[in-house]
Amino acid sequence: MNLGPHAEFIVAAYAVALFVVAALIAWVMLDYAAQRRILGDLEERGVTRRSARDAQ
Amino acid sequence: MPVIDLANPTRFLALVNRVLPWLIAATVMLLAIGLYRAVNAPDDYQQGATVKIMYLHVPAAWLGMMGWAIMTVAALGTLVWRHPLADVTGKATAPIGAAFTFVCLVSGSLWGRPTWGTYWVWDARLTSELVLLLLYLGVLALYWTAEDPGRGARAAAILSLVGAVNLPIIKFSVDWWNTLHQGESIFRAGGSTIYSSILWPLLIMALAFTCLFFALLLAAMRNEILRRRVRAMQMMQAQNLAEAIS
Repeated sequence: MNLGPHAEFIVAAYAVALFVVAALIAWVMLDYAAQRRILGDLEERGVTRRSARDAQ
Repeated sequence: MPVIDLANPTRFLALVNRVLPWLIAATVMLLAIGLYRAVNAPDDYQQGATVKIMYLHVPAAWLGMMGWAIMTVAALGTLVWRHPLADVTGKATAPIGAAFTFVCLVSGSLWGRPTWGTYWVWDARLTSELVLLLLYLGVLALYWTAEDPGRGARAAAILSLVGAVNLPIIKFSVDWWNTLHQGESIFRAGGSTIYSSILWPLLIMALAFTCLFFALLLAAMRNEILRRRVRAMQMMQAQNLAEAIS
């Protein structure tokens, strides 16, 4: 594939997009893991939501 | 399941867990096809290979605007019906929309240098797109800095509604003013001015980016719902502790 005389601009644009998308994916995955961990800790300590208690 | 049931966060979470794997699979598949078609698409007769930046730039621009449109509808839900899922939608959309708008601006700037001879000009399209990014950052600041989440959400919803004025300005800026940015060339009366060998990869990439956007949005909404549960449980725990001490 020949990107011509302005290849650096094309590569830079795709690199920035890749970095931003990777950062977004990492953000949602790490945040999900963190929230699940905190929820798990709270449930282990016997803390329940009011709606969960009402349902029991 | 009736649509109204999705307003219940627990049912919404169940739906997200079912839909998200399919959305991720569609994103990966469409991105693979779109990138393959983009790599093998012919160069533009004037711009040469730099036209390949368009396959990122245009979908990012569309989704940056769509993100704000979603936030505008969510703002109505927050202010009029005070529905918590509307607030969750607004808060989850803002960073994703900001990221796509950032990609649009940077890729546009990198496309502008070899095509126009400059990274930036203060023309109406570029300036209104920069205003969109600044509005996103303003909404994020309101969400992240407000001590009371409810007040922060209402302030962000008001800014979302006010900022919606910028959407038609971005869209029609190339018609209303004399801009260095090219005029509408895809969705226009009389059909697209882009040849099909370049247009099809662009449309596939746009669809791939749209799937990616919604996959990220659903995942971020799920995180936000869990964060609110954590907050509610921590408050419950603090209340129980206070009662035990007294």
